[in-house]
Amino acid sequence: MKDPRIFGLMAEFGDVNSAITAARDTYAAGYRKLDAYSPFPVEELSEAIGFHKNGVPLICLIGGLLGGTAAFTLQWWINTISYPINIGGRPPNSWPSFIIVTFEMTILFSGLSAVFGMLALNGLPMPYHPVFNVPQFDAVTKDKFFIVIFSSDKKYDPVATRQFLEGLNPLSVAEVPS
Amino acid sequence: MARPTEVEPGEQKAPVIQPGHTFASITEKIGAIVLKRPIMGGWVFGMFICFLILQWFLFAVCWLFYKGVGVWGVNIPVGWGFAIVNFVWWIGIGHAGTLISAILLLLRQSWRNSINRFAEAMTLFAVACAGMFPIFHLLVWDVFAVTTYLTISLVFWFVGLIPDLASLRDQTSNKALKFIFGSLAMGWRNSVRHWNRYETAYLLLGGLATPLVLSVHTVVSFDFSVGIVPGWHTTIFPPYFVAGAIYSGFAMVLVLAIPIRKFYGITDFITMRHLENSAMVMLATGWIVCYGYAFEAFMNWYGGDPYESFLRWNRLHGPYAWSYFLLLFSNLVVPQILWFKKIRTNPVWLFFISLDVLVGMWLERFVIVVVSLTRDFLNSSFGQYYPTQFDWAIFIGTLGFFAACMFLFMRVLPAVSISELKVLLPQAEVKVEHHEAEVHQ
Repeated sequence: MKDPRIFGLMAEFGDVNSAITAARDTYAAGYRKLDAYSPFPVEELSEAIGFHKNGVPLICLIGGLLGGTAAFTLQWWINTISYPINIGGRPPNSWPSFIIVTFEMTILFSGLSAVFGMLALNGLPMPYHPVFNVPQFDAVTKDKFFIVIFSSDKKYDPVATRQFLEGLNPLSVAEVPS
Repeated sequence: MARPTEVEPGEQKAPVIQPGHTFASITEKIGAIVLKRPIMGGWVFGMFICFLILQWFLFAVCWLFYKGVGVWGVNIPVGWGFAIVNFVWWIGIGHAGTLISAILLLLRQSWRNSINRFAEAMTLFAVACAGMFPIFHLLVWDVFAVTTYLTISLVFWFVGLIPDLASLRDQTSNKALKFIFGSLAMGWRNSVRHWNRYETAYLLLGGLATPLVLSVHTVVSFDFSVGIVPGWHTTIFPPYFVAGAIYSGFAMVLVLAIPIRKFYGITDFITMRHLENSAMVMLATGWIVCYGYAFEAFMNWYGGDPYESFLRWNRLHGPYAWSYFLLLFSNLVVPQILWFKKIRTNPVWLFFISLDVLVGMWLERFVIVVVSLTRDFLNSSFGQYYPTQFDWAIFIGTLGFFAACMFLFMRVLPAVSISELKVLLPQAEVKVEHHEAEVHQ
């Protein structure tokens, strides 16, 4: 029976290599609902918990295509349909002159969609999260590494999981209240 | 590959971070500038001066809006005066920040990690200064390029700040500061899933900002190239403008970095390596700019157009010849002493050479904009340009605005990226084998 007051169990590590090894062992032990935390980006650590690909590039591509299409269509519509004027005998749809704005809007939309897509996929802004309840977690932005096994994991068991984490040589193991 | 913090045997270069730092010491040292350092007299004095200049600027701008552009010295034939000169100059300065944050990121130049944060701030403030001139002058064509550039630079800078804001949130015990930094960090909790997406987004932004920064000064140079005025109507402008932008931008980076690293005691993070690398970028882009000057002169002669030939004569012998010679002296002659390693590694020399380059690049914009306009095709439309006190007030005012922003930035946000510096430490090196390799065994 799961205790709804418990979000999971958190193990603390002092250096990057022991955190990666521990994360691999945890994944290999069959835990799937887990997360790792590090003071700086560590590619190996996210791979160790089974997180390889993310959706940001696709969102960025879609955003860029939308931005470019919108910018070109806007200029085309203004110049050929809404308000065509004869400038030096050029055809109304003088597409080469639309390129700069199309280019700039492509960059703008893809950049903004990459950033907002990243934030949305990360579920940010999120002012409250259970991991912040653990006092030693403050050091995650300084020099400590953490692995959290969520209580929603199928294999999660308050006693066995704690024993498992303690077997990984952590600096500490703590319960994360939700 | 050796970490940038380790000095390879036989290597003459200074390390990117002084040896002996840990994750904790980096976090505390950079965080302390914002959280613990008392307000110094020097800071108050500098901020006060900048604030006064800012008020002067405000007055000049109000007067400008009340009276109209007549308060400026622009007239026929010189319809583009200081406003355009300053616009081009400022936006060029901004470019070095993007170059450092985006292009050097793509090229995996890890030394950029300690200077990218304040260089990006410099970009934002410089583009804000540049943006004021189109607002006062309304040059609609640049709107798309400049607003996109400003937005992307702002987003790039803010994304880089998120993990550091979280770090400040965790370091401070002050409730109000915790709330402010916590709100800005949006609940960032250093999850590796978040880092993974974050790194992708950051790399994508770098890839997008690179063509963007090249396009912005290209678009700015098109403002001139599409005109038929002698001295404007040339195809060399886009690359020549971009190189000049980076040239002046790195000069501004050095002008800011040298005092900042000294007064805030962060010579451990902004080392001689950064100063020397920036000096070498200046030397290289300086030569590209000089190639531009040489080719301009060559085409004036080789093209055989009498108006272009007259432009050449006018630059060398006309009433503004002083500006052209001063420009050549500042941009071509003086920086050559950077060939000497002794000069490149001397902060005082570097500081003054950078100031000289900034003056030189401003004069380059002046020569292109003003000198070309004073002498076009007809003798009857020859004229002179006399900037008024309001031209000067608005130019110097933007300098004050820029400096005031930098003063504030240094005190309220981490001036060096905390999380990106940690990656450079030897402790961050991953020694365990790659996961896939284990699977296949």
